[in-house]
Amino acid sequence: MGKRTPLYDTHVASGAKIVDFGGWDMPLAYGSQIEEHHAVRRDAGMFDVSHMCPVDVTGADARAFLRRLVANNVDKLTQPGKALYACMLNHAGGVIDDLIIYFLREDRFRVVVNASTAEKDLAWMEKVRLDSGFGEMIMPRRDLAMIAVQGPNARSKFWQVRPAARAATEDLGAFFAAEVGELFVGRTGYTGEDGFEVMLPAADAPKLWAELKAAGVVEAGLGARDTLRLEAGMNLYGNDMDETVSPLESGLAWTIAWEPQDRDFIGRAALVEQKARGVPRKQVGLVLSDRAVLRSHQKVIVPAVGEGEVTSGTFSPTLERSIGLARVPSQTTDRCEVEIRGRLLAATVVRPPFVRHGRIAIAL
Amino acid sequence: MSSVPADLRFMKSHEWARLEDDGTITIGISDHAQQALGDLVFAEVPEQGRRVAAGEACAVVESVKAASDVYSPVGGEIVASNADLGGQPELINQDPYGAGWLMRIRPDDKSQFAALLDAAAYEAALAAETH
Repeated sequence: MGKRTPLYDTHVASGAKIVDFGGWDMPLAYGSQIEEHHAVRRDAGMFDVSHMCPVDVTGADARAFLRRLVANNVDKLTQPGKALYACMLNHAGGVIDDLIIYFLREDRFRVVVNASTAEKDLAWMEKVRLDSGFGEMIMPRRDLAMIAVQGPNARSKFWQVRPAARAATEDLGAFFAAEVGELFVGRTGYTGEDGFEVMLPAADAPKLWAELKAAGVVEAGLGARDTLRLEAGMNLYGNDMDETVSPLESGLAWTIAWEPQDRDFIGRAALVEQKARGVPRKQVGLVLSDRAVLRSHQKVIVPAVGEGEVTSGTFSPTLERSIGLARVPSQTTDRCEVEIRGRLLAATVVRPPFVRHGRIAIAL
Repeated sequence: MSSVPADLRFMKSHEWARLEDDGTITIGISDHAQQALGDLVFAEVPEQGRRVAAGEACAVVESVKAASDVYSPVGGEIVASNADLGGQPELINQDPYGAGWLMRIRPDDKSQFAALLDAAAYEAALAAETH
């Protein structure tokens, strides 16, 4: 038996198919994962993401610690509530995890890390804290549950069931969060749609879930979450990047803050060196025209250039064809071939996202 | 719980077979198989006239999650395949024993059909698989 979120019994009662995800028993789908996907693109769906771990970083040294910890620069966070997507790197420039950092007060930040990496992340954060000579400041918040309500009508349906939270969250910009009593509401997500990620005391989660369901928010599982994030061109830790590859090879160069040059974040020296040497591989999006499905670890062949690998692949319910992310030689241009079940099939190289705010974002 | 109609025969690899009045055998994948695969997005069925051997991988069903070979329960000649699946692979999810059929075979040897698992034996195999 794996770890269970506060909503586990709710998922079972809703008839969810439960699978193991990084040691957690999580809902894969409640019925058709394609219908769950479309509900998020067209209306509103919700995901239990309580397996992810919020970590509060507090105290006078919080900002200095985060400045050292991640490759993006928390000094970009000046307005309370603002969030930042960042990679936590090892000294070789490999990605230990990708995370979101919310700035709440000068002495209070909230970091949300992935489920399967949480223990490793916390150990690393403690080590970096000690090595840097900072005092106690890291507090995992396993007492919280997290529900992601996503889709064009997600916010209005959330306000329907939590009208008291409306005033404080109505004017939240994208990638901003607000605290309303015991609710933490962030206008963030992993679907390419508008919506909120809501953190709340674990004991309150089943009630909010039930009320959202009654308001017409469709329960959606990890299956739909994966097709939605892939259409949105978002990386999945463990598939699209890990400790053996740098953000420069993972489509995440935009998350590295090179300036100011004297900010000594962990992994910086390795990234500088990799950049100077030339980055051999890059991440691209792939679209398959044949009736087959891209899957992770399939071999990519770029004629006269070299080989690469599909890191994530699926069937896109919005495009009604297969899409994927791949790590390929840097000289790759607009075409490649993918080996699928013993055959070489032609794929088009594109720049993700594939779908954004309900619309196809690439030329087909 | 998946449904296992009593009038069908099955393979452990989750294909079903039904003996039609004209002596041909209709083949599909079981309710258990479609549930395990999740939403089907493609189905590749053999062309009419192709000869297949018993146990030969002759069709592929692919879901959002995974691709899976479909093995022919009997040897013979393909006399029909389900053209509706081209545009509506979800028929396999919605009606695995009806509109979601894959292909029809004229068997060379009817005894191969009789040797397949009956519903009770298939249910027992499913129970063994999940425990």
